[in-house]
Amino acid sequence: MTDSQTATIPAPAPASDREPLLKVTGLTKHFPITKGLFGRKTGAVRAVDGIDFTVNAGETLGVVGESGCGKSTMGRLVTRLAEPTGGTIEFEGKDITHLGVSGMRPLRRDIQMIFQDPYSSLNPRQTVGTIVGAPFKLQKVQTEHGTKRAVQDLLELCGLSPEHYNRYPHEFSGGQRQRIGIARALALKPKMIVADEPVSALDVSIQAQVVNLLDDLQKELGLTYLIIAHDLSVVRHVSDRVAVMYLGKIVEIADRDSLYKAPLHPYTTALMSAVPTPDPKRKEARERILLTGDVPSPINPPSGCRFRTRCWKAQDICASQEPPLELLKTGHQVACHFPENIGTENAAK
Amino acid sequence: MSKTQNTTSALTAPSAEAPEGFLTVRDLRCHFPTDDGLVKSVDGLNFSLEKGKTLGIVGESGSGKSVTSLSIMGLHRMGTKRGAPRISGEVWLDGEELIGADPDRVRQLRGQKMAMIFQDPLTAMHPYYSVGQQIIEGYRAHHPGASKKEARTRAIEMLDRVGIPQPDKRVDGYPHEFSGGMRQRAMIAMALVNDPSLLIADEPTTALDVTVQAQILDLIRDLQKEFGSAVIIITHDLGVVAELADDILVMYGGKCIEKGPAATLFESPEHPYTWGLLGSMPRLDRELQERLIPVKGTPPSLINVPSGCAFHPRCPYADLTGGRSTSEVPVLAEASPKHHAACHIPAADRHRIFTDEIAPRL
Repeated sequence: MTDSQTATIPAPAPASDREPLLKVTGLTKHFPITKGLFGRKTGAVRAVDGIDFTVNAGETLGVVGESGCGKSTMGRLVTRLAEPTGGTIEFEGKDITHLGVSGMRPLRRDIQMIFQDPYSSLNPRQTVGTIVGAPFKLQKVQTEHGTKRAVQDLLELCGLSPEHYNRYPHEFSGGQRQRIGIARALALKPKMIVADEPVSALDVSIQAQVVNLLDDLQKELGLTYLIIAHDLSVVRHVSDRVAVMYLGKIVEIADRDSLYKAPLHPYTTALMSAVPTPDPKRKEARERILLTGDVPSPINPPSGCRFRTRCWKAQDICASQEPPLELLKTGHQVACHFPENIGTENAAK
Repeated sequence: MSKTQNTTSALTAPSAEAPEGFLTVRDLRCHFPTDDGLVKSVDGLNFSLEKGKTLGIVGESGSGKSVTSLSIMGLHRMGTKRGAPRISGEVWLDGEELIGADPDRVRQLRGQKMAMIFQDPLTAMHPYYSVGQQIIEGYRAHHPGASKKEARTRAIEMLDRVGIPQPDKRVDGYPHEFSGGMRQRAMIAMALVNDPSLLIADEPTTALDVTVQAQILDLIRDLQKEFGSAVIIITHDLGVVAELADDILVMYGGKCIEKGPAATLFESPEHPYTWGLLGSMPRLDRELQERLIPVKGTPPSLINVPSGCAFHPRCPYADLTGGRSTSEVPVLAEASPKHHAACHIPAADRHRIFTDEIAPRL
């Protein structure tokens, strides 16, 4: 808190009295496409193309979108595993956009990541003890009762048994491996955890165990989560606020309840109506919006609003002008010329 | 033991009575010998399916649902160095038994009378041949009299039918030039080129985004209406089966633990595992639950399936069975018309638990 007060942030204070833990402004990442012997740049994949958002301490921001919308790249930029092309990332008021490896090292304690695939994110040749103990070694952290004890406490916290210390990853099931990944991420008591599809590789019954574990850990340790997922129902369950991404842009960001009750962007509406419901009786009753076609290529995104090629409300203005991400009275932010469900109380400004 | 079973079933199969239904599976078993022991992937499965109906097979990974489909299609006769998989039981397709049948006869039926849509179209398609060539190959294999030109026209017609734009151009495209959704459409076109009367879709939408998934599910539904074929859809997603299936079969540890009409099964599920599956899913169509109700523990190993009811180590109500759950394998018993469940818990207790404890939390 004191850090962020001393830092000079020109931005106005956010609506809530909490300072944002993470503030992202105009973040961009373009992957160059090169051709020929000399690596001539012929174009760029505009994976993330100017996004703004904040994450407050103690809350969970969920990011949803289809594959290729740039949500994973965004996660890698925020954790600085990839170098941003433009924009700024501020963590606790400190600009970390272009920090080098050594500059980031102290911050690695505060920002940790949980990966999607529990089969490829654990080194098969290391024991669980080595894997979960690695952060202590790398950061040269001394714990009160030694590393082994600390690791065993972590394993217990994540629902594993302390006897698992000397075992190898292949001896565990997918859900248990994901718990090992979570224990590793928690080792240094981080402030923020970026979880990229933490449950999508797991079976339904195991998914629920891990979702509940993430929930409990947040309550117990006061963690802040940035959870990236494609599953709208999982995101609804875990998040306080939700951002919807489409083709490198955030199209809508709002409180969980207002987003799921009254989505404003047509894309969000379509996305939510496409989720199959496990209730055969309702399949006739509900209205389904079927989007046609596929997501356009991020190499050549459509002009103006990027969703216009699949949008049933698109008009001329959508092709010529890009809708800005506007803040409505209710705190709902949406980037659309013709938002859905817009009542009088929701009218812009 | 399975070896003897295999031979006996092969001997008795021709004399067994042909059932009336379109597809009937009786006591299907598929065991794989491995270095660690015998993997009982499917262990005594029974079901039947009529034309024009859809059966949904639901289960977690390793419950035997995909192996079931491969056994019906006769796709794993090949042996490893540990020996061939041991498949026994009966699969009757339109009056013909398939498990004991001549492999050449099964090959004739495969692709013609029964076809399959695989999970990942990128690995199921050959990267070296154009999409058109692969569809044409399937058509000409079963229509020896067809000329190349006829087969090509047919391929274009099928691509058009599954909603691929500019099919006359796309027919010469290669799989890598198609997006995920388009590739899955092309796969469906390939499966349907010979008008199969049985279509097996193994996780057809798992690799796809939700918006594309909705398109593909709609397509499968429309095509079924048009062609009147029987469809088996295999998935881990209860939402997907609810969208498509008329009947649902829940698998656990290689066995069917509950089956019934979709509406009944979702409204009053009987088996604690089905409750667990429903409780584990966060749902968009309900009020937000405070916590999910997961199933404790992990799915069983198919080499060492727990004794008695395979679900008993994870079942929160196992003590209501008076010890039978560890010693006796439960059989499928009728719970309500057409709705069967394999559970030792007395029916009255089950209903009470479901209405008092489970239903309010779902």
